[in-house]
Amino acid sequence: MARMPVQFRLNGTDRAVFVEPVETLLGTIRRGLGDFAPKFGCGQGTCGACTVLVDGEPRLGCLTLSVTCEGRSIETASGLADGPTLHPLQAAFMEHFAAQCGFCTPGMLMAAKALLDRNPDPTRVEVVEAIAGNICRCTGYEPIINAILAAAQQRGARRA
Amino acid sequence: MLEFRKDLFADERDDNLNVIGKGEQRQDMLGHVTGRTRFFDDHGFDGLLHLKVVRSPHHHARIRSIDVSAAERAPGVKRVIRAQDVPVNKNTLLSLIGFGKDDEPTLAVDKVRYKGEPIVAIIAASDAEAMAAVKLVRVSYDPLPTVFDVQEALKPGAVVVNETYPGNYFEYHDKYDHQKLRFGDVEAAFRTADHVLEERYQMSPIEHASTETNGTIAAPETNNRYVVHSCAQGLFFSLGTTAKILALESNRLHFIGGTVGGGFGGKVDSLTEPLAVLGAILTGQPVRYVLGREEEMQFGSPRGAERHVIKDGVMRDGRIVARQITSYFDAGAYTRLSSYGVVKCVAHMPGPYTIPNVRGDAYCVFTNRVPATAMRGFGVTGLDFSIEVQMDKLAHLVGIDPMEFRILNAYRDGDMKAHRRVAHNTALIECVQVAAQKVNWPLSETARRASSLSGGGGPRAAIPPTVTDESGRIGRPETRQAPPQLTPGAAPLPAYQPAPAVPVQQPAAPLPNYPSQPAAAAPLPAPTPPVQTPPPTPQHGAARFSSVFTRRR
Ligand code: FES
Ligand code: FES
Repeated sequence: MARMPVQFRLNGTDRAVFVEPVETLLGTIRRGLGDFAPKFGCGQGTCGACTVLVDGEPRLGCLTLSVTCEGRSIETASGLADGPTLHPLQAAFMEHFAAQCGFCTPGMLMAAKALLDRNPDPTRVEVVEAIAGNICRCTGYEPIINAILAAAQQRGARRA
Repeated sequence: MLEFRKDLFADERDDNLNVIGKGEQRQDMLGHVTGRTRFFDDHGFDGLLHLKVVRSPHHHARIRSIDVSAAERAPGVKRVIRAQDVPVNKNTLLSLIGFGKDDEPTLAVDKVRYKGEPIVAIIAASDAEAMAAVKLVRVSYDPLPTVFDVQEALKPGAVVVNETYPGNYFEYHDKYDHQKLRFGDVEAAFRTADHVLEERYQMSPIEHASTETNGTIAAPETNNRYVVHSCAQGLFFSLGTTAKILALESNRLHFIGGTVGGGFGGKVDSLTEPLAVLGAILTGQPVRYVLGREEEMQFGSPRGAERHVIKDGVMRDGRIVARQITSYFDAGAYTRLSSYGVVKCVAHMPGPYTIPNVRGDAYCVFTNRVPATAMRGFGVTGLDFSIEVQMDKLAHLVGIDPMEFRILNAYRDGDMKAHRRVAHNTALIECVQVAAQKVNWPLSETARRASSLSGGGGPRAAIPPTVTDESGRIGRPETRQAPPQLTPGAAPLPAYQPAPAVPVQQPAAPLPNYPSQPAAAAPLPAPTPPVQTPPPTPQHGAARFSSVFTRRR
């Protein structure tokens, strides 16, 4: 099948790439554009390791076709920090020991960012719901939930 | 929440620790939160090829023929790897430390022994093309009878799973059919115990399901070496295994790894490294071999199934006088690390309790299941589960509170373990006391005042007379029918290390053969109840929990 050109914005930079019609966004971001932050954990939409934001909404990169992303804005964990300054979620993940092997972390961070961008002051239950599609085999989730709540609080404090 | 109980063993511990008990940032954390941590798959290569394997749909079958012609012609296919392309197509992981015989091919030769066993590898320009070509390989099989139950597999006449081990059990030191522990005389103790309780426990295989699946990328380097980005938990172990299977000098392999996306024991088997490197050698291009999630769940080695049969003799006052454990570990079709798990299991018998008569037998058994491997305390976890459930049942049987029952039977410092080592640095009593306190579980005054530091040793340090055969080895009642070339279960007695200042009770003369031994020939050692005294004030400092300090209690 003929390869097709696609253009989208990746972490604020315009990118153009040729893709197979059946190519996934995860494959394009990783092997096509060399941003290895989103991970492959299952390829079947069950683990959330591939979570990226498409126009601010969390999407599973392994189930999204690249050709559907024409003209959109994609965010991955590689673009979270502002230069050397960490995003509050990144700082909170460090502080709260919210990563062990770190394999789920880029996906978790993006799911959490989508939540906080939409709902700056979530309840614990809302945090749990927001990361319900992201599997972590190491931490037992508690430190991750605490980190997200702490990041929300800290951002709230800064706004006030 | 980490909590330090400074009140426990306070005078024996250095408290001026620099790291332990204080928060320390991990050195890899910044990479994790910025997405910069590079796992094995996070490396870009031009001309990257993809490897997929053809797997057996049968649990046990003879391979009649393999036809790869259609696969070789399929779009994108660069190379098909057959069993004869693997330089040393038989290996066992622990051969690197000289333990066990080579018993597992990288690609199956004449027979498949479990469902999912790799037979042919296909290397293609894309994942999708490799997967499409896998479907074009024609293998014809003669299915064979299967065995999935460990005790069935040990019966005489059972179907032979792995011809390297024709008895379906791993052969320890090339001659023993299982691992064995003998201390005192359980049969005599069962006869005089107030109650005898025998129960069977078993545990299914458990998949590690790490978030990152197993995989490797191997690529030619400029200097006639190969760079290998590996998921391995034991990188040098995997390097040695790959070098052996490919008959390469290990200095031609440049392994990079140690960043593991979750392992838990599931990334010690070198499932992908040898074929990825072989692919890079044969194609001259970078080759990526990554298990899909379904492959990982179904064919990545799990923690193996275990079965433990525990028989205990207990007195009305709560003292356990005899414990007999027979354990079966389901290795699946090949050894991998199960043989070692069994050694750990026997080393853990009879649990953290002082019991004067102990008998243990543990088998590493081959069946037609997926080969098992390491996982978090394997060999010990399943046995501990079984022992602790049994402890609850025993406590119930004699009408004693389960916490108190454990304190009563716990190891104390100076006690003789069934392995003929003196117990040091025991702390089960204190653990139970703290656990009880945390959940407001009422303990009697006696249990609250008990201490690991007191009441042990003395008569509890004695080694009871243990039944041996003419050659001074541990006798046996038969536990299974072994092929004649093996010495059935006659493991030599573990070397006895006399502990200083502990009186040792040794049998005066060699004891008769086990089967002919009259019922009451040997004096039955009775457990000596611990003396309930407050802990003495030890005279020395530091290092209760450390084996690196020279001063030991
Ligand atoms: S890789 Fe996309 S959900 Fe698992
Ligand atoms: S930190 Fe390992 S999977 Fe979450």
